[in-house]
Amino acid sequence: MLLTFIIEIFFLLGSIGFIWGLRLMSSPDTARKGNFYAGVGMTLAIIAALIMPLEGNVPNNYLWIFAALIVGTIIGYYSAIKVAMTSMPQMVSVFNGLGGACAVVLGLADVLHYYDGTKVVDTLGFLTVLLTLFIGGVAFTGSIFAYAKLEDLVDDKKVTLPKHSVINMIMLAGLIGLGAYILMQGEAIGMEAAIIFLVISLIYGVSFVAPIGGADMPVVISLLNSLSGLSGAAAGILFDSQFMVVGGILVGASGTILTVMMCNAMNRSIWNVLIGGFGGTSAVGATATGGTVKEISLNDAAIQLYYSQSVIIVPGYGLAVAQAQKICKEIDDQLSANGVEVKYAIHPVAGRMPGHMNVLLAEADVPYPKLLDLDEANSALSSADVAVIVGANDVVNPAAENDPGSPIYGMPVLKVWNAKSVIVLKRSMRSGYAGIENPLFFHDRTKMLFGDAKDVLGKLNSEIKSL
Amino acid sequence: MENFYGFFLDNLLIIYLLAFTVLLGFEIIAKVPTVLHTPLMSGSNAISGVVVIGAILLVRLTDPTDYLTLSLGFGGIILGMINAAGGFVVTDRMLEMFKKKKK
Repeated sequence: MLLTFIIEIFFLLGSIGFIWGLRLMSSPDTARKGNFYAGVGMTLAIIAALIMPLEGNVPNNYLWIFAALIVGTIIGYYSAIKVAMTSMPQMVSVFNGLGGACAVVLGLADVLHYYDGTKVVDTLGFLTVLLTLFIGGVAFTGSIFAYAKLEDLVDDKKVTLPKHSVINMIMLAGLIGLGAYILMQGEAIGMEAAIIFLVISLIYGVSFVAPIGGADMPVVISLLNSLSGLSGAAAGILFDSQFMVVGGILVGASGTILTVMMCNAMNRSIWNVLIGGFGGTSAVGATATGGTVKEISLNDAAIQLYYSQSVIIVPGYGLAVAQAQKICKEIDDQLSANGVEVKYAIHPVAGRMPGHMNVLLAEADVPYPKLLDLDEANSALSSADVAVIVGANDVVNPAAENDPGSPIYGMPVLKVWNAKSVIVLKRSMRSGYAGIENPLFFHDRTKMLFGDAKDVLGKLNSEIKSL
Repeated sequence: MENFYGFFLDNLLIIYLLAFTVLLGFEIIAKVPTVLHTPLMSGSNAISGVVVIGAILLVRLTDPTDYLTLSLGFGGIILGMINAAGGFVVTDRMLEMFKKKKK
């Protein structure tokens, strides 16, 4: 009795640790402590699960459990220590997938025991089993496929079938039908049906991520994050564990909120992201291009930056790809030393997962008060002397504001053209992820600086040094 | 339908728990600033490692001769633990970078 009481207190404290931990995540000053509390919560729960009294003569199999816990911890720890900050989206995707896979395993074990008669499950219980298999399965294969996309192992265009959204709809309808059939038949049909259900769920995971790519990656990762949490919550119902339900639902809620935020940041509905993709519509972009592009020399750019009062840097994923955050910070230091106020304007979907750019700049020692979000940045831009755009494109496209024919019309963007002058660092005149022309490059106040971001910033840095 | 009413009434407490946790989750997380979205995601990702609890219970309850279930559970614990341990460690690494810049 006392032991059960202590165990339940542990689970309760664990849940509180999660909630309090997430609450502390709302400020950079307390976030680290919050993560620690959540970790403590998890540890308490694992201890509780190890010693909690279970009904009947329990075999325990502690050898298996400890071996697995140690192996998992070591692999998790080392991959977390080794991973580069640019690869965070890949890492989060893989972890999402593992959580989903674990939920699938739990669901599968229940399926086995249901059909060999060692566990009695009622219809609603079996519905939970199917939900665990489905959500966990989609989170698993979807995340692994998202990882492959982020690593450029697959080509977005090659994996999208014609009428892809129709295929997905059919698969989903098939899953619902098959699920209903399994529930109605109960033990009358064999285990095969449940296995087929799982297999289709796994295929659906890949198929659902396949057509989404490029700039929509932050949405997909958030959504998969949410699914991995929900699969944990479903598995929690199977094991009658309030703790698992609380943890899973919190993650589900966090993933859902981030998904919605990312969609809002692109002015698109979640259905549009899941079904559409930019591919089909981008050609419609009726933007009249033309006009001439003005280039600026490194020397002129250096002088302009050095003698201005305020500079706002707009980093995009191009900056991260070129690994140019550190050079960027060096330029920042030199300008700041000359009394120039340097800030960074960060669009919510810059980078490949929510908040990715902030982490990359934090890694390069840029203090977080210098990082402005969309609204702060737009008010700061109207009084800025120079806006420097490094490797960003669609998020600074004025067509989103004033060209109703553009596919990104209505998307909230960074209004860099309100700054007194704009310098765009760009590899070439190629259009961005979405394949949309950017009239900003032809704007009166815009000057271009072509080349690899790291290379150009390096040269710019030495020019400034020699002033 | 009777079945459904019965389920609802039998599980009233867990349904309350679900509803309140969802609301609480939305409420807490909506306050997280953009700067911290990536750590939030990897931190909450670590929390989704709660599935490891289920895997531990599964293995504890399995007959030692039932190697199929044992291996499933063994794999499940490894997967869940990588998710949990890796998630917390990598989040800590990121948040450390945010912290040291405080002047």
